[in-house]
Amino acid sequence: MTVINTATFEELKQMSGEDFINELIDAFLDDAPNMLANMKSALDAKDVESFRRNAHSMKSNANTFGAEELGTLAKELEQMGKDNDLEIGNRLDVLNEAYDKVAKELKGMRV
Amino acid sequence: MRSAHEPGRLLIVDDNKVNRILLTRGVEHHGHSVETAENGKQALEMLKKGSYDLVLLDIEMPEMNGYEVLEACLQDDDLRNISIIMTSSLDEIDAVVKCVELGAEDYLNKPVNPILLRARVNASLEKKRLRDEQRKLIRTFATKEVAEELSRTGFSLGGNYVDGSVMFADIRSFTTLTESSTPAEIIEMLNDYYALMFDAITGNGGSVNQMIGDGLMAIFGAPVYHGDHCQRAVHAALEMLELVEGFNQNQAAQDKPQIKIGIGIASGQMVAGFTGTQHRATYTCVGDTVNLASRIESHTKVVGKPILIDRFTREKLTDDVQVDDLGEVVFKGKNQAVNIFAVKPN
Repeated sequence: MTVINTATFEELKQMSGEDFINELIDAFLDDAPNMLANMKSALDAKDVESFRRNAHSMKSNANTFGAEELGTLAKELEQMGKDNDLEIGNRLDVLNEAYDKVAKELKGMRV
Repeated sequence: MRSAHEPGRLLIVDDNKVNRILLTRGVEHHGHSVETAENGKQALEMLKKGSYDLVLLDIEMPEMNGYEVLEACLQDDDLRNISIIMTSSLDEIDAVVKCVELGAEDYLNKPVNPILLRARVNASLEKKRLRDEQRKLIRTFATKEVAEELSRTGFSLGGNYVDGSVMFADIRSFTTLTESSTPAEIIEMLNDYYALMFDAITGNGGSVNQMIGDGLMAIFGAPVYHGDHCQRAVHAALEMLELVEGFNQNQAAQDKPQIKIGIGIASGQMVAGFTGTQHRATYTCVGDTVNLASRIESHTKVVGKPILIDRFTREKLTDDVQVDDLGEVVFKGKNQAVNIFAVKPN
């Protein structure tokens, strides 16, 4: 699985306009670390609702940019939140790693 | 394409910055003005203070979610009439169904498709405009002057001569489709198709007055009068083609059959009014213009062009619509040759 699905990303670029894609990427790179941090603190506080919502946001943005692996991981965590199951093992670390890869790739895709 | 739609004031509610930027960009691009809110609570405060035509409302949000905002609006006398389109990811379909049942006008899946976004927003704004107009009419209907004004501006009930444009649209490759699909798939596909076509037609001020199998008939310029009915009908046809293209992309992604449509438009005088019985009546149009539109639609098969129009429609179009002159055609049952034009897709 590629880090970013090029077809999805190109479609996004077309929709937002070339001059706008940077703003979108920056918004995501700005927001995503908060989502990851929120998931961590929600996990510590056993706040299932906040955990699920932040996983949902991560999934939503990952899908927008065509970050398929990140989207799949986030969706899985969202579902665990829905199921009231916070026994997530090392999944948050895996999600962080996937995000780092996506962030690196997206920085290189700025126009 | 120049938009035939009035600009609207929109409130976009989403806790996610990327979504807010994308949605805002998508509607501002078509001339609408936008304000944004980051959660349901903020949205409700803004709705109570400001005046908006349409709300794009995320479901999953902190503080107050979309469902709670929708409920609060429906319980508030001042906010009850605001149009709300829910925005959600594909896997929240249960929540979306709940919202539509409760009173949301429509929904959009995220990541949002720009063509669908434009169609849904324009259709909702047009519906709101019509509702506002009707409300205004009903409030003042009692006076004779208003009734006269109504008849002067063309809101005609009962049989009347009206100037309008008639559109026929048909799915071209439907027969082969029916052989390769299950009945449930065909009905589902037809429903999806009709929903999109209705968006394009009502979004441009037209009304669908007949659906037969995979075909439909729509009227522009009556019962609500629009002086630019030719332009509206052709804009609707172009939007329908764009929507079918988006629809086909979706179908292809799910490995489902794709469709082709043909659209015929004729304009001129016709007899319009309510026909039927006391228990069941429908608004319809009859006359030569209607027959011609139907013949022109069939002719799309012959020439292999998706949109064909007659000379009267062509003459009222502005320069942003490009057409090819296909010359004169003698249709079955008609004595005179008719000049036909093909509208070039965008």
